[in-house]
Amino acid sequence: MTSQAMGQRLRYHGFRLRNRPDLIIGFVCLVALAFLVLAPLAEIILDALTLQPYDLAYIPDGVVGSFSLFHLERVFASPLSPALFFRPLLNSLAIGFWVTLIGVSIGTLLAWLLVRTDIRCKGLLGALVVIPYMMPSWVMALAWISLFKNDRIGGSQGFVAGFFGVNPPDWVSYGFFPIVVTLALHYFAYAYLLMSGALATVDSELEEAGATCGMGRWKRLWRITLPLLMPALGSAIVLTFIRILGTFGTPALLGLPVRFFTFATQIYASINARNNGDAFVLALVLIVIAISFIWINSRIIGIRKSFVTLTGKGFRRREVRLGLWRLPLTVAVGLFIASTVLVPLAILLWESLTLMAGDYRLDNLTTYFWIGQGNVRLAYGESGVLLNDGILRALWNSLKLGILAALCNGVLGLLVGYAVVRGRGSRLSKALEGIAFAPYIFPSIALGAIYIGMFSSPIGPLPALYGTFAILVLITVVKNLPFTSRTGIAAMLQIDKSMEEAARVLGIGWFRRMARIIVPLSMSGLVSGMLLTFITAMRELSLIVLLLSPANMVLTGVIFYYQEQAMPQHSSAVTLLLVLIIILVNVLVRLISRSAGVGGLKNG
Amino acid sequence: MEQIGLSGIRKAYGREVAVHDLDLTIRPGEFLTILGPSGCGKTTTLRAIAGLEELDDGEIHLGERLVFSRRRGVVVPPEKRGVGLIFQSYALWPHMTVQRNITLALEEKGLGKPEIEARAAQALETVQMTALRGRYPSELSGGQQQRVAVARMIALRPKILLMDEPLSNLDAKLRLDMRSELLQLHRDLGSTTVYVTHDQAEALTLSDRIVVMDRGRVLQEASPYEIYHHPRNLVVAEFIGEPRINLVPGTLVREGDALHLVGDGVRLPADRARQVRGERLTAAVRPENIRLSTTPVEGWQEAHLDDVQPTGATTILQVSAGGTRLRLVRPGFLRITAGIALWINFDPDTIEFFDPDTQDNVSAP
Repeated sequence: MTSQAMGQRLRYHGFRLRNRPDLIIGFVCLVALAFLVLAPLAEIILDALTLQPYDLAYIPDGVVGSFSLFHLERVFASPLSPALFFRPLLNSLAIGFWVTLIGVSIGTLLAWLLVRTDIRCKGLLGALVVIPYMMPSWVMALAWISLFKNDRIGGSQGFVAGFFGVNPPDWVSYGFFPIVVTLALHYFAYAYLLMSGALATVDSELEEAGATCGMGRWKRLWRITLPLLMPALGSAIVLTFIRILGTFGTPALLGLPVRFFTFATQIYASINARNNGDAFVLALVLIVIAISFIWINSRIIGIRKSFVTLTGKGFRRREVRLGLWRLPLTVAVGLFIASTVLVPLAILLWESLTLMAGDYRLDNLTTYFWIGQGNVRLAYGESGVLLNDGILRALWNSLKLGILAALCNGVLGLLVGYAVVRGRGSRLSKALEGIAFAPYIFPSIALGAIYIGMFSSPIGPLPALYGTFAILVLITVVKNLPFTSRTGIAAMLQIDKSMEEAARVLGIGWFRRMARIIVPLSMSGLVSGMLLTFITAMRELSLIVLLLSPANMVLTGVIFYYQEQAMPQHSSAVTLLLVLIIILVNVLVRLISRSAGVGGLKNG
Repeated sequence: MEQIGLSGIRKAYGREVAVHDLDLTIRPGEFLTILGPSGCGKTTTLRAIAGLEELDDGEIHLGERLVFSRRRGVVVPPEKRGVGLIFQSYALWPHMTVQRNITLALEEKGLGKPEIEARAAQALETVQMTALRGRYPSELSGGQQQRVAVARMIALRPKILLMDEPLSNLDAKLRLDMRSELLQLHRDLGSTTVYVTHDQAEALTLSDRIVVMDRGRVLQEASPYEIYHHPRNLVVAEFIGEPRINLVPGTLVREGDALHLVGDGVRLPADRARQVRGERLTAAVRPENIRLSTTPVEGWQEAHLDDVQPTGATTILQVSAGGTRLRLVRPGFLRITAGIALWINFDPDTIEFFDPDTQDNVSAP
């Protein structure tokens, strides 16, 4: 090829790129995400397989950076292995199994009742049932401790001991049983969200067709409805299971006092003991477990995945008549939802108002822990939540984290969606979509461990981010990316290509097209995606617990700290504050976006 | 007025070739229609002119300006080509009022405010949408949306106007009205217009020239009259005309001086047929060119009336002669009933002959 021809080729591709901003965006996003997702993974694999400075305590003559199976041996085949690996593994798997079983069953049942039957107060119940999803997963655990705390670890006693004078046995107060119950009472909401969406798309004509073939009600449910729901059910099970593997708060609050370890809390303990190598190996095992579950799920469901339950025409949904059961079931669902939302919050409120922890008499009530000035005889002199500088700073950090992460995720989701949809079918588009989904397979605590490995020392021009606020934003954005990029892709798919092409032909440049056409048209999807990121960021603990330091403390970290310090009034009050803010922001954003007409405009 | 020059343009999607080395020159001020079934490459060609489709090869000139040449490394992006495009879906921005839909692009051009106002007002006036300028597209009917898309073009005054099946989303009645409005737009702007459609009636009524495409290739490029009367091959013959052209396969027989095509139960005069190898030919006769009588006429062939379909202004008749079924069209609302005998006759000048193997027209000019 002559140099002239070469020059022309280059010129052509230069022109072509200018003509296709989606390619540039897609490429930049791909590189950035590879750096934020794949590079850290490679980093901890490398760290796990080489000697690190902190290992020299065990191997004094080792060379830092040299290849070594030391970490693997320690975790899998050493006298420490049962405590470090096998017991936490069994605990995590057992908790994962039971919570998924109970949570998904409750969630699916609720979804069926609220979507497919004539149960009363559907709107109200449907709005209330997702509130657990907005609360931190360990609110229930905090409430459980307040209820069932016994004298095992000293300090104050719980409601049950206080009121009835009965000391609850250990297996009720701490460890496996309460962890399963409290997690199940939280994660059912997650399964509910997934299943109600799927149930709403099953055409009841398919079920009625079964009825005309002489199938009874239960047989129809078993033979027609359930098989149609299998794909959704499969992903609900897998996603719930992965979340539970990576959850830290509840097993920490209910397990650590009795030295009951799960994978997540063991990773935390290893990092605290400066045995990062162990933590990395455990994190990698978690990731491998998560990936294999996703793989098994896709193998089992994959073949039949392509059910088209939404036919587009003749779509009808017939409600199942509950008959005599209608009222009792309504009451039962109402009570259940109340017990998962109102009861824990009420317990925490009461706890936060007791002067002496564990004394639940009315004359022991006080507002000290909300608005009291520091008093050296109470709570180590910590002042009330609303006047406490440390807490207010953490509150500000939490809000900042939520808002920044939401904004970053909004922009990133929009750009990823744009690049993926415009480049549909190309390799770049597929790679980008895949990598944006990748954080899903990292259990939260494992991703936290990965980020410690990656960002504890400077990388090129980037300073060491460990302990900074920036790393919290970074990891929150990455963890939420699978969701926001899905939202972005869905929003972009709804905007007909001709909307942008018309603007192009009419001579409108890329930035103005984005500002005037793409962004306004995808606003409603983006806003709800950003709102969800905000909620997740505000209530997140598992993801960031390894990365917190006094300098970047957030509310969830503060709650965990107070609970560890046996200051239940403070932790309860801060938790309530957090839940209150999340719900408030949620309502506020929905009101604003409704009055601004976002989402009110239909395409076309 | 600008000329559009396409030379050797090619586009493939994977193995599927959408456009095959197409050469086409559209003369300044001409109304050219690209006609063909869906998937024939017509929309790809149109979008390539606008710059919305990346071609694999070839060159595109708009006026004197080279806007695409892969070999010479030139790609002018759509926003710099200065063409106007009316989309099948109209592509009105749903979150903007009618007025804003029209003015947004004018602002981008850097026109002054009074100029923008004046142009928008005039455009709205032309399409009689002034009263609805504050509405959102979702509050308009299909025809009104189409008018806004037209007004956008009027205000923009492009030298080249492209239209991508702009009438296909409208109901039949409205389609007829809008046809003339689009033609008016073309005349008002004096622009060179490329119109893409799969509707042969639209192509015949609107165009100065028609390009018939099939599977990425140009089958014929001629005036509507030429295309209708002298289709270059069987695909064009069948694609153009409603009701469809009659095809009669048969064998060429010499009887004295005269040539005849003998089909299954019919004989057609075939003096215009050029000899081909194998003697087998397909004759094509337009439904309106078959003569018809309800009483016996000397030398005419007897046929049986199978079906009568009056459409109001015309009546379509299905007749069969031997094993050959023919469609006939007569003006007016005929009040005859199926089942009777008829006599038909062919005008030698209106019959076109095709080679059934190559599908090419083999009639003498």
